[in-house]
Amino acid sequence: MSGALFLGWRYLAHHRFKSGILIASIALMLFLPAATRLLVEDSATALTARASQTPLVLGARGSELELVLNTLYFHVESPAEIENRAFTEVQATGFAEFIPIHSRFRAQGVPIVGTSPDYFGFRGLTIASGRQIGLLGECVIGAKAAARLGLGPGDSIISSPETVFDIAGVYPLKMTIAGVLDVTGTADDNAIFVDIRTSWIIQGLGHGHTDLAAPEAGAAVLSRRNGVVTANASLAQYAEVTRDNIGDFHFHGSTDSFPLTSVIVVPPDQKNAALLRGRYQDNDLLQLVVPERVLDDLLQTVFAVQNYVVLGLAILGFATTAVITLVFLLSQQLRKGEFHTLLRIGASRGYVSLLIASEIGFVLLLSVLLASGLTLVTRIYAMQILQTFLTL
Amino acid sequence: MINISELAFSYQGRDAELASSFGMRVRSLTVPVGATTALVGPSGSGKTTLLGLIAGTLRAASGSIIVNDEAITEFSDKDLGQYRLRSVGQVFQSFELLDYLTVIENVMLPWYISGDGMQEDIRERAAELLRNVDLTTKQTAMPGELSQGEQQRVAVCRAMLNNPPVLLADEPTGNLDQENKQNVVDLLVEQAQQNDSTLLMVTHDESLLSKFDAVLDMRGVAQPLKAPSQE
Repeated sequence: MSGALFLGWRYLAHHRFKSGILIASIALMLFLPAATRLLVEDSATALTARASQTPLVLGARGSELELVLNTLYFHVESPAEIENRAFTEVQATGFAEFIPIHSRFRAQGVPIVGTSPDYFGFRGLTIASGRQIGLLGECVIGAKAAARLGLGPGDSIISSPETVFDIAGVYPLKMTIAGVLDVTGTADDNAIFVDIRTSWIIQGLGHGHTDLAAPEAGAAVLSRRNGVVTANASLAQYAEVTRDNIGDFHFHGSTDSFPLTSVIVVPPDQKNAALLRGRYQDNDLLQLVVPERVLDDLLQTVFAVQNYVVLGLAILGFATTAVITLVFLLSQQLRKGEFHTLLRIGASRGYVSLLIASEIGFVLLLSVLLASGLTLVTRIYAMQILQTFLTL
Repeated sequence: MINISELAFSYQGRDAELASSFGMRVRSLTVPVGATTALVGPSGSGKTTLLGLIAGTLRAASGSIIVNDEAITEFSDKDLGQYRLRSVGQVFQSFELLDYLTVIENVMLPWYISGDGMQEDIRERAAELLRNVDLTTKQTAMPGELSQGEQQRVAVCRAMLNNPPVLLADEPTGNLDQENKQNVVDLLVEQAQQNDSTLLMVTHDESLLSKFDAVLDMRGVAQPLKAPSQE
């Protein structure tokens, strides 16, 4: 028994290239359907979990999926914006807890999420090092983003301009990192959180510059008429909020018209939820969606596609099995001389069969191990892949 | 001692073409214990067939073969396998080493099949055999890295692993140059004598016959049942 196993192993080891191809082919045949199923199931679980923790989302009419993905995963495709007025009006109803979200900008590829302090409590986000946002222009950063970018409390990060030629006012803002969040295993790990007003500054709706009444602003002042001061482009705007210049930062116009991408709505009970949903049912500009239902619809489609993919892989697997069997049988033909030698030396036909069986066994065992390893690795990284995909 | 009497063999039922072309009968043949014997004769006279019958890889239609008091013609297939492993060492013309085993593993091949004995003892025995044929440094080499002469020496070591009382060699020098022919035959005879094994070697090379105790011409041993053709 052990002799046949040894010979089988030595044969495979000696013909390692051929054995490797055989093992890789079978492993892939096993891995692909298994990984597809696991990936879809894990993704569904993760998507549903975060969605079920977010009762309602208020946003502009349009794609429900885009609205939910942007609110939950800070997806790069921003939904149509709503005015901050919608947030203040619904907040005034007192039907729920409302958390504004403004997720449009990025810094080194990491989404910048403008929100209120309530978001941290709602998501259960805690500070691992440093402190919470205390000042305008400060941010806290998710654990994975901090690790990836090598940033920590006291460091700075600059927001990316939307386009190189954006002269309308979306200037890069240098933000100071106040703290790093604990790992949560969610999209929050890969995000930068700022106060909602900071995100408006990034959008160019608020800014800071030299006091035009101060003598050093003289050269930049074009005219002073009826209390209106007009300055030229030489007026220096601050690219960073500091303790020294924070007083010079201000917003023009009413913040009611400032943009939000969505509002997370957390009603205390079903009754309030129903009242709120009724309120927005016929609204032409706004929609109140249940993220869990939106993602369920998406997952139904994904599951349907997955079934077709698995069916396709099964057909491919059948064809691969047929080819591998053929190759194996041809290989046995080529080895007739070797088997004849074994028989002539004294091996029984059972021994030769055992030798062949041991080779098949080793190949299958190694294929299963390889497929399991690949599946395990895929599962470990599945959530990271999914989160990366969702934030793209 | 090998005793053969009233032995009849044909390829009937094995291969239709051969069945119509070959069969043989051996009325009586005795090979004494420890004798080194060369089997000669024209192609198709039954030399290889006789070795196959003595090794038990071919079955006689009738008659008996008694090897060291064992009537192997009565053995089952399983017993014949055990008999070959235990009592017969075989050397083939084309060496028939397994290309995926090292030299020492090829020598140990009978043990990998039988599993009889402790591996360390067998390895030590294989190393000793290789030492005797000056292949100590090639123990871990693969057969493809050896010359033909070296490969045949490895094949002889494999045949001698179990100290077999019967050593059968079917034209072992057929693929070798003159120098290696002499060396391999010397080695076979030496090993047989050291081990008191009965050596039967098929050869066409008359220059080697002087090295044997006896020369057996198949024309005087076996009668063809049908006209012989190419063997």
